[in-house]
Amino acid sequence: MIDEGLRTELSKQGIFALKLEELYNWGRKNSVWPLQFGLACCAIEMIATSMARYDLARFGAEVFRPSPRQADLMIVAGTVTKKMAPQVIRLYNQMPEPKYVIAMGACAISGGPFKQGYNVLKGIDRYIPVDVHIPGCPPRPEALLHAFMTLQKKIEDQSLTGAQRPRHLDANAPSEFPIPRFGAHDLEPPNNPDVWHPPVAVRTD
Amino acid sequence: MQPDNNPYLVIVVLMIAAVLFALTPLALAWIWSKKFSPRKPGPDKNAIYECGLESKGDAWIPFKAEYYLYAIIFLIFDVETIFLLPFAVSFTGLGPGAFIAMIVFLLLLVEGLAWAWQKGVLTWK
Repeated sequence: MIDEGLRTELSKQGIFALKLEELYNWGRKNSVWPLQFGLACCAIEMIATSMARYDLARFGAEVFRPSPRQADLMIVAGTVTKKMAPQVIRLYNQMPEPKYVIAMGACAISGGPFKQGYNVLKGIDRYIPVDVHIPGCPPRPEALLHAFMTLQKKIEDQSLTGAQRPRHLDANAPSEFPIPRFGAHDLEPPNNPDVWHPPVAVRTD
Repeated sequence: MQPDNNPYLVIVVLMIAAVLFALTPLALAWIWSKKFSPRKPGPDKNAIYECGLESKGDAWIPFKAEYYLYAIIFLIFDVETIFLLPFAVSFTGLGPGAFIAMIVFLLLLVEGLAWAWQKGVLTWK
């Protein structure tokens, strides 16, 4: 392991000492291709983010792929109805590893203004692992850019070996997430307990 | 001839270098992907992509190919136009031989059209 101080000194001279893993992650984080996939009004903000004014291309992510086979990132942009949830999860399953999810907007993270409704999923993180949550209704393009930078930071810090390695390098991790079925009253199962860990309210009084 | 002053030696060396230049990154990517992006297939992942929906039936169905006959006939008359236009432009300066040749050419194509029409190709079923 190279000394941090030495590394800083070298980089001042224009010499960049990198591990192969860092070079790999540097390439990966700068070519995250999102799935061309919008669910509701947040998708308009996502489109705005990819256009000239906000210019997602600065982060190497302007190539919205129309097929999950070529995409690395799923931006869940909008309200996930219970009718749509199985399709979202199937699309996520069809993306190749390594893959990431940004849950964009109040609906995608919690159900948002429709939380009390009968037909809206109360957050896509009940079924698939979400890397970055963005609140907002809808979030501004700057918020999506910030989520994107957060994701880039996460990719950059991912180690290829050890306990914190990404899921696709873990032979025991599942390759797919179960797709819920339409039941009599709700999706079955209502959540994936392997993925969803609801916060426990701790009351101190 | 000495082997080292064979004029084709340079080309052979450059060809080998060019092939290696193309193959080495591919081989490196292949080796890297073996180690760092292992295959993770699954029934959903291998399923046919249909915008997230489950596909109904087989995707490998024969497609109705009637349109190709229209395309062929269009192409023939398209080519005919290419010949007709310069013929029409220089019509006054041409002799009777050119006129007869053009009429023969036209009649051949019109005969083809009559044949296709009679076969019912122009009727969409």
